[in-house]
Amino acid sequence: MSNVLVKEKEIVVPGEALAEGMDYLPGSGTYRLNDKIIAKKLGLVNISGRAIKLVPLSGRYLPKYGDKIIAQVTDITMNGWIVDINSAYSAFLSMRDASARFIRKGEDLTKIYDVGDYIRAKVIKVTSQNLVDLTMKEPGLNKLRSGRIIEINPHKVPRVIGKEGSMVSLIKTKTNCNIIVGQNGRVWINSENLDSELIAEKAIKKIEQEAHLEGLTERIEKFLDKIIGGKK
Amino acid sequence: MTYKKRFDGRKWEETRPIKAQAGVIPNADGSAFFQIGQTTAYAAVYGPRELHPKFLQNPKKGLLRCFYNMMPFSGMGDRVRPGTSRRSKEISMVMQKALEPVVDLSEWPNAVVDVFVELPETDAGSRCAAICAAAIALADAGITMKDMVSAVAVGIIDDQVLADLDYQEEAYEDGPVADIPVAVLHNTQEVSLLQMDGEISHENLMKALELAKKVTANIYELQKKALKERFTQGAEKQVSGISKGDDKNG
Repeated sequence: MSNVLVKEKEIVVPGEALAEGMDYLPGSGTYRLNDKIIAKKLGLVNISGRAIKLVPLSGRYLPKYGDKIIAQVTDITMNGWIVDINSAYSAFLSMRDASARFIRKGEDLTKIYDVGDYIRAKVIKVTSQNLVDLTMKEPGLNKLRSGRIIEINPHKVPRVIGKEGSMVSLIKTKTNCNIIVGQNGRVWINSENLDSELIAEKAIKKIEQEAHLEGLTERIEKFLDKIIGGKK
Repeated sequence: MTYKKRFDGRKWEETRPIKAQAGVIPNADGSAFFQIGQTTAYAAVYGPRELHPKFLQNPKKGLLRCFYNMMPFSGMGDRVRPGTSRRSKEISMVMQKALEPVVDLSEWPNAVVDVFVELPETDAGSRCAAICAAAIALADAGITMKDMVSAVAVGIIDDQVLADLDYQEEAYEDGPVADIPVAVLHNTQEVSLLQMDGEISHENLMKALELAKKVTANIYELQKKALKERFTQGAEKQVSGISKGDDKNG
């Protein structure tokens, strides 16, 4: 006899039993203890077929191959840049991956990216010890000028983007802002109008807080209409 | 047997009133508040983050560091000298050892998770309150934990086994007293902290440990509730126009 002890999308805490019996399989964020499946993290339950997994609600960003992130330059070395990626580890951007154009020998690297600059980059390598290498040799990967950077919980990034980018494009069209969401939980917002930047920031913070509740898109749409309508 | 009734009128197996709350410190990655009677603990978790000096780094797994601190005005009259003391160092160490068996930092080599526990008010049982608060805060920070840790002090006064001694009981003079802080893992019922002050018979020790397991089961429920409320109650306030029924599903 096997039975699930929790409901779909229920919030569970570490150590909580999710299912009994051998008919179910432990997915990510869970493990098997004797005949029970136990939660390993604070998260939402997701049952798909026989597998039970957890969608984490909090935690730091863990770099993954292929992620497009927003990084900040913290140091410059002989052959590249050391950048902060909002994780427990810093990443390295090598000179040859830094730009589409050729960087001459002996060139002043601060002229390209200086300490404190924000850049958009892609993770091309993560080792077992979590040493991270980045590249910027792709369209859309460049230095971020003007605008503002806000930080959100990296586990809420999929909800900020929405299904096929629906959420972020909703905010973009409603507020007329340019928004880039990095997988590491940094969001770049840019607009000619300071007020719309602030509205977009508020909307993103609201998504972060209410990401685990139903009917998110409609709520955000209402929220944006109310603020923008009130301003006019 | 002269200790017939507890000073504050509790039953033998009853703890002082407990309050627990998660997510109380916005700047921390995870945080918690845990109060048992007068003893109050605030825990803040930071990390996983880069660990310096570098020689402390472990390339196999992340490091867990605990810091226990009693605030100067927290004691029973006398000012506690601020900063680390022999006692706070010891308690930091036993906290770390109590939490280490459940915390899994193999995903985070060379990194560190820092747990800071501050106690603004204490009345015995502070290391247990600190462990309970730290466990909630670690879970709130999204750290991988294979189990939850709950801790309570049990003991005897004059041959009577009882739970959660307060300061007055610890200082009882007319008979033998034993004070045993115990931390128990919820699922396996393993003990990750066991200290003792005083003297106790073998028989009573076994009784006391059984009692500890019973009491920590209740504390686990409160810790669980605190973590779940962080996402249901807080959201209720934020999301206007959502009925309570919807929240339970969401």
